[in-house]
Amino acid sequence: MPDSLSFIFLNAFIINNFVLALFLGICPFLGVSGKLQTAWSMGLATALVMLISSVSAYVINSLLVEFGLEFLRLICYIAVIASAVQLVEMAMKKFSPTLFRALGIFLPLITTNCAILGLALFQTFNEYNFLQSVVYSLGAGAGFMLAIVLMAGLREKLELAEVPSISQGAAMSLMLAGILSLSFMGFAGLGG
Amino acid sequence: MAIDLKKNESITADTFLSGLWRENPVFVMLLGMCPVLAVSNSVINALAMGLATTFVLLASSGLVSLLRSFIPKQVRIASYIVIIATFVTIVDYVIQAISLDLYNQLGAFIQLIVANCMILGRAEAFASKQRLGKTLVNSLGQGAGFTFALLCLGSVRELLGNGTLLGIDLFGANFEPWVVMILPPGGFFVLGGWLLLFNWMRERKARKLRETEDAEVAHA
Repeated sequence: MPDSLSFIFLNAFIINNFVLALFLGICPFLGVSGKLQTAWSMGLATALVMLISSVSAYVINSLLVEFGLEFLRLICYIAVIASAVQLVEMAMKKFSPTLFRALGIFLPLITTNCAILGLALFQTFNEYNFLQSVVYSLGAGAGFMLAIVLMAGLREKLELAEVPSISQGAAMSLMLAGILSLSFMGFAGLGG
Repeated sequence: MAIDLKKNESITADTFLSGLWRENPVFVMLLGMCPVLAVSNSVINALAMGLATTFVLLASSGLVSLLRSFIPKQVRIASYIVIIATFVTIVDYVIQAISLDLYNQLGAFIQLIVANCMILGRAEAFASKQRLGKTLVNSLGQGAGFTFALLCLGSVRELLGNGTLLGIDLFGANFEPWVVMILPPGGFFVLGGWLLLFNWMRERKARKLRETEDAEVAHA
């Protein structure tokens, strides 16, 4: 049961949501969640990079294990992620200039998003096979998108509210994130 | 040479202290938040994470500073990341050798130091432009500030969530632990709380300053 594809997807999507339960990718989550539109774009780009780097990390890892070079894993992964980001950037520029312009500076910033490196590391620790890795990355990407879009919606509403001056900015965002995370804990029971 | 001497002399207490308080990576610049939230559920974990990050920061920014005239501009980010990843791999194996228990508790977050934007930010904004000595002092300050922030969170979360500090029971058997504090939401709440406190202190200081100025004007 824990190895079934649907469970792996749900697990990465809501039960162990990368942002709200595992604390991965907090920087873009807090930094780029000011507007709903940019949050969608960021979520989409991150999900895309996650899928590409998950597949490449799987291939790289099987190669490294083959040659007994596991200690190089971290360096290889981060290099793969950086190139995946570059690849997505170039492909997007060629095929969809509108989306490329909409994402702007956020694209290169995805390299230092720890959710992506975290994804690659977790799928290695859990010893997922190829199909499981792909499903896991899809779930994680969807989970990241869900979290950042929810947060952006809340923050857009909050702009209309009157809050005490000391709680403006990051402090309020963190409290919001805490409440979101609290509600996501309700899904923990799904894991059984 | 004269310029070099001047640069060398400009290591002041502020080079170190700015990282600790005024430019604190966590509380002020909001960098490297993921490990701060994830491993601050007890003081020991927080301390280990803080020290590991400080070591990586110190070593990598030192090396970047030494190599700053050899690294071509176009590939600098990639070079920094490879340097950082090397030191993180070292730390990963060292912690595994010293305490397997601690290693299992910190989990993937030791390897995720690579993606800590604070370290890459220091390399890009400071180490690639400054001399070795100044870079080391500054990185030490930033690392200390990071560790300080982790300890702030770790102590509050362990105290409220477990009723203990460094594993020592403080409240006795009648204390009902506030379990949510060691769970993920607690991390967000406690960090938010600290930020609220600092904002309040800053605002009060600004108000006091304004009041004294007003009083002086009235006096004159």
